[in-house]
Amino acid sequence: MAPVGPRSGEAIFASVERVNAELFTLTYGAIVRQLLTDLEEVEEVNKQLDQMGYNIGIRLIDEFLAKSNVSRCVDFKETAEVIAKVGFKMFLGVTASVTNWDAEGTCCNIVLEDNPLVDFVELPDTCQGLYYCNILSGVIRGALEMVSMKTEVTWVRDMLRGDDVFELQVKLLKQVPEEYPYKDDE
Amino acid sequence: MAREVSESCVDSLLTEMVSSYCNRFYANKPELAARRIEAIGYQVGHQLSERYTMERPGFSDHLEAIKFICKDLWSELFKKQIDNLKTNRRGTFVLQDNKFRWLAHVSIDPSIDGSSNEDNSGTSTENKAAQAMSMHLYFPCGIIRGALSNLGITCAVSADISNLPACSFVVRIKG
Repeated sequence: MAPVGPRSGEAIFASVERVNAELFTLTYGAIVRQLLTDLEEVEEVNKQLDQMGYNIGIRLIDEFLAKSNVSRCVDFKETAEVIAKVGFKMFLGVTASVTNWDAEGTCCNIVLEDNPLVDFVELPDTCQGLYYCNILSGVIRGALEMVSMKTEVTWVRDMLRGDDVFELQVKLLKQVPEEYPYKDDE
Repeated sequence: MAREVSESCVDSLLTEMVSSYCNRFYANKPELAARRIEAIGYQVGHQLSERYTMERPGFSDHLEAIKFICKDLWSELFKKQIDNLKTNRRGTFVLQDNKFRWLAHVSIDPSIDGSSNEDNSGTSTENKAAQAMSMHLYFPCGIIRGALSNLGITCAVSADISNLPACSFVVRIKG
């Protein structure tokens, strides 16, 4: 059989079950609004959104690996590219780009120009300090932790705060070498 | 074409929303968790109904509005219509979806029947699965109630899963 390489984000997105993004966007908006009512503190809402994202990320990584045919990424650089080009595309249908690498190759920024989470969203003044899309940073952190990369993910730019793009800084804190009980080739 | 996201985005978000409310925010208060999940659904239904009815005339009676839920709203959400609609003609409508999509993944969801009440040995696994399912169902019940409320109809909505994988939504119109 011909070797199967990693699939492109476009190809995967075209092949998975897809649903109306409006439902997703409005549901997320309703959750954020309900959290603001229930938890009262904006800081606490940020924390809980991040936690929800983390929980989603640790489960979503399996689907990601299974559908993308991505094998081990050789380094953090490749990992970041795969998140931006394949991860965002296959789940949200949008592509992100990676910029601003530091010299060590352990810290970069992921830039998102188009973000379905914020369609029809406007934040009232009472929500200052809210990182509306904090679930996304949690998803990335959770997913990477499952492939042994401890990261810190923070927002650098946010369109809901007047910036022209969304930008996340992803910083690799620790990489735990893994050992696998199985071999890749048979 | 309308924007789409992968179905697993919606599934993951709903699973995590239900799990957060049931296991973290209101771990020992299932009624409160249920009310919040329903409220989130209500907001979503209200907004969806608002968007989908923007360019059409008002509905002449309750049946027309219910048909809008069965056809238009359901198609937008699940790419299919409600399979069976019954009414007693006194304000109660039963909307049956023969294979309700949002329940497909619930029974195997470990996040709800796990961790928090592991010592609660009186509850069988089956019971827990049923509980987890009913928590998930507050969301679509809220969507239907919110959508009808936007059309000026006050009602109560409950779900019946005695015929899985079919799910029936019972709408009782008030006043």
